[in-house]
Amino acid sequence: MAAFRLTPGPVAAKARETDRKRGQMELTGAQILVECLREQGVDVVFGYPGGTILDVYDALYQTPDIRHYLVSHEQGAAHAADGYARSTGRVGVCLATSGPGCTNLTTGIATAYMDSSPLVAITCNVSSKLLGKDSFQEVDITGITRPITKWNQVVKDVSRLANVVRQAFLIARSGRQGPVLIDVTKDVTSARAPYEPLPLARHRVTELPNPLSRRLLGGIEAPEPSLADVEGLIELIRGAERPLIVCGGGVVRSRAQDELLAFARRVDAPVAITVMGGGGFAGDDPLSTGMIGMHGSQASNRAVDDCDLLVAVGCRFSDRVALKPATFASRARIAQIDIDATEVGKNVRCDHHVLGDARRVLKLVNDRLDQQDHAAWKEHVFSFATETLYEEGGDHLTPKQINETIARLLPEDTIVATDVGQHQMWAIQHFHFRHPGQLLTSGGFGAMGFGLGAAIGAQVGNPARRVLHVTGDGSFRMNCNELSTVEHYGLPVITVVYDNAVLGMVHQWQTLIYDRRYAETTLDRGPDWVRLAEAYGLSGRRVSNVAELEDALGEALSCGHGYVIDAVLDPDEMVRPMVPAGQHITSFLAV
Amino acid sequence: MRSYSIAIMVRNEYGVLNRVTSMFRRRQFNITGLTVSETETEELSRITVQFVGEKRAKNQLVAQLAKLPDVISFKEFDPDDSISCELLLIKVSNRDETRSQMLDAANAFHAKVVDYTRDAIVFRIAGQTRRIDNFIDLMRDFTILEVCRTGVVSLERGGTVMRNVSNI
Repeated sequence: MAAFRLTPGPVAAKARETDRKRGQMELTGAQILVECLREQGVDVVFGYPGGTILDVYDALYQTPDIRHYLVSHEQGAAHAADGYARSTGRVGVCLATSGPGCTNLTTGIATAYMDSSPLVAITCNVSSKLLGKDSFQEVDITGITRPITKWNQVVKDVSRLANVVRQAFLIARSGRQGPVLIDVTKDVTSARAPYEPLPLARHRVTELPNPLSRRLLGGIEAPEPSLADVEGLIELIRGAERPLIVCGGGVVRSRAQDELLAFARRVDAPVAITVMGGGGFAGDDPLSTGMIGMHGSQASNRAVDDCDLLVAVGCRFSDRVALKPATFASRARIAQIDIDATEVGKNVRCDHHVLGDARRVLKLVNDRLDQQDHAAWKEHVFSFATETLYEEGGDHLTPKQINETIARLLPEDTIVATDVGQHQMWAIQHFHFRHPGQLLTSGGFGAMGFGLGAAIGAQVGNPARRVLHVTGDGSFRMNCNELSTVEHYGLPVITVVYDNAVLGMVHQWQTLIYDRRYAETTLDRGPDWVRLAEAYGLSGRRVSNVAELEDALGEALSCGHGYVIDAVLDPDEMVRPMVPAGQHITSFLAV
Repeated sequence: MRSYSIAIMVRNEYGVLNRVTSMFRRRQFNITGLTVSETETEELSRITVQFVGEKRAKNQLVAQLAKLPDVISFKEFDPDDSISCELLLIKVSNRDETRSQMLDAANAFHAKVVDYTRDAIVFRIAGQTRRIDNFIDLMRDFTILEVCRTGVVSLERGGTVMRNVSNI
């Protein structure tokens, strides 16, 4: 995070000049908002202007050290801020105007909420006198976003604005991270109030004259792990003969990859990785069993069934992992390491838990645990497949061919943003992510259209790294309008469309479960993705074999701007293995 | 299944009650009683929640409450260490043939007549939930026109002050 500068920004400096005679620094609400963003070290925001947020845009216009990225649609702004947050570990910020502007953010906010991504959404509303009167572009966005934010607040009093912004950032980035929304009425953005800069380091203790400050010392931040609970976990590990570790999204959020690797080596246990855990443990590590759950590998899912201790690190046991809670890990004791007390025993029974940040807890465990040895158990687990095999040949690419070719030609630390569906599962199954923040995917909410926005945010936040956007021909048509953002800002995002001319995942369920009644899943229609890319001022290429894909990737890597590769797949290609929803974790329908 | 009484101190601000109740709805907690009021300080409101369910569900409810940033502290009441009370207003039909029986019953329960007209009598009674339930049950023998009860409020016995409890 950029160091906080106590010197006010240009807007504040100018205002201070004029206010010096009066002996007080007075700013408009819009200027206070911008100064509060600077307090946080925010230098990038994604958004879309409109009537009620005009004053904020006017203040941003005069603040060159905050770069604003104009998107095509507010959903893209929310996803971009989310992708920025996930890939950098910083808080992402998006802006939208009242009414449709802010409702367009909601899918992006829900996506961030389900995946615990730190996001601050700033919306403006009609003037406080017009609130509640069904005014033009008025909507109760705090009411709408209450179930999908950690916290939200309407600001109708300019004197409260600065502290609300500070609280919003504090809540978004602390403890279990997540999105926060601030809704500022238009009259507040133009009203004037004294503004006193407050360095970020002081936001915790001295900030608030109100009772939230009492909470700041406790529940907002990560709980301090109990050493007794840590010892209890160590006892369980020492007593286990067949331990399994599950790497969840909490490992990624807390950047606990080194501690988890040391832990896995010390316990000498296989590690299964959830969708959200991708990047928390190297997919090609000898201890990795690959993905777990509905499309988990045989090794992962059978290990769940056979283990006698399951240690879940930052994993909430969603229905896509614990498909049937009653029989999940039925021979095992289940131990949870989680930052959030509400996750303990929420979805599956829990025999022991340690509350705290994953990195902190794992470090405490690693410092105390002696080396374990489970050679026979590992041999058992790794006798099952960790990857899916495909029949090759014919005039289509296989998912594995695409992923292997990409992995071979792109840098090892490439950030991969996915959409939702088959291509998402294939990407997670076959790319071996090694770094937290390397995989950006909507695991909890499953929002099609997430990928391109997230890729834009990641590229903005990581200008030196390569960003790959993996999508399907279903997902891509949802938010491909953001190609215009890719083009305008010269972002060299590479998009690979896994083009099977169907809504693949739903098509697959219809094949397996609905007796091949393909209701509304055939995409026998445009657009022509290459010509679409060209219409946006980018280039692209359609490919149907490895050699063509290699050529296209070479061109994409060297062209210096965004590029779209339309990769043709067999419409009947499936994501395998597959365990149907609600079934026992080894009831594979397809392997 | 058993009944739990939980008090929460929250910031007395716009939208906080809604945030608490929408959490109950979203997480599928079925609340049997809810009272909200201002407190000894204007910054804080006190919410008392009645919940019937399994212990595991109650633990989940408490954890979800503690997670809300606006919740300052919470307390799960033990019936032995706390005082609980509820207020009832009940309007019954005033008929010659039943009046004396009704007034006798009310007298036995120390219910107060707070309105008396040719058509109806309104009784007021405060006490524990079971006592209120019993009184309503007795009144069913007559003609109940309307019932309004406040839900339970609770305080811990002794000198403990909830706003000073730091359990989050």
